[in-house]
Amino acid sequence: MAYISLPEGLPGIRGPMAFRPETAKHLNELAEVLLRSENSLSRGERELIATYVSYLNDCFFCQNAHGGLAQHYLQCDMAYIDLVKVDFQSTDLSPKIKALLPIAASVQKGGKHVTPEQIEYARHVGATDLEIHDTVLIAAAFCMFNRYVDGLGTWAPQDRNIYVERAKWRADEGYVNFDLYK
Amino acid sequence: MAHIAVPEGVPGIRSLVMFRPETGQHLYALAQVLLRGDSPLSEAERELIATHVSARNNCKFCRDSHAAAARELFGESRYIVDCVINDVPTRLISPKLNALLNIAAKVQVNGKEVTEEDIAEARHFGAVDRDIHDTVLIAATFSLFNRYVDGLDSLTPNDPEAYAEMGVRLSKNGYVTAQKQKE
Repeated sequence: MAYISLPEGLPGIRGPMAFRPETAKHLNELAEVLLRSENSLSRGERELIATYVSYLNDCFFCQNAHGGLAQHYLQCDMAYIDLVKVDFQSTDLSPKIKALLPIAASVQKGGKHVTPEQIEYARHVGATDLEIHDTVLIAAAFCMFNRYVDGLGTWAPQDRNIYVERAKWRADEGYVNFDLYK
Repeated sequence: MAHIAVPEGVPGIRSLVMFRPETGQHLYALAQVLLRGDSPLSEAERELIATHVSARNNCKFCRDSHAAAARELFGESRYIVDCVINDVPTRLISPKLNALLNIAAKVQVNGKEVTEEDIAEARHFGAVDRDIHDTVLIAATFSLFNRYVDGLDSLTPNDPEAYAEMGVRLSKNGYVTAQKQKE
């Protein structure tokens, strides 16, 4: 049971979004620009940053909803996503995303944890200012989404296959113009 | 110097929004609905929650700019703002607002820190669902803003007068982007 009376049957952030559409509109528009719009970081890479931060914040719903999307775009499986969470350095991800994930992890702890050395290294392996900006803002945004979802005590399906299945729809529909109740 | 090439001389989040207006417009629109839109919490109370979370995240730019806005909105009882920033108990803060500030402080640490007891306490003192929802989302949103502003090391003025001016502007105009102000 969530801490406030949310429309029934809606998991994770969908309950609070249905409760307060006025704020949901801007949250979804932000997610759309950050995670789906034209960008030199792929949709898969951006969803991976979102997943990693949600994992660090221990938010079950967000790390699986976005982990599902990341594996869909990256054409891998959830086992690979799980490996990224615990040891991304051992994966075959690009050096650039391997330099951006530690920046996201620093942002998760607090903005001041980002170091000039992390930024310098990310640039060295090819990250642009816009990519650094978007990494920081995606990480910061998920520090918000995760807190919104868990701070209101929402429920989340425990079967991770559900997230993998739903990812196909969400990838098609995007974060705006979708039916919260479907 | 910020970590990325944002416009020089522009402080805090405004420099970041000018660097990336595509995301900035939605951040400002969110702040406007949350802090100025319809809510059972007054604008002053909502700015106080934003200040409380920003102080706990040690984000000087957000803390001082929203504290200044809260002081403008509280008017004669502006002393309340310094009490909250410095964790000094005061009778000026109602038990309900005190319980909501406690929930905001839990959200600042992590969403999972909020307990049923925290919620029950707020309800006991008269909080309704919308009070709780808005408190949680304001606290979560400033967990974003604080990280965005400090994570890119944006310009943080030291002059208290600069924040006082921001406070007047935010209390009068709300959250409109620099571009919209020019139009």
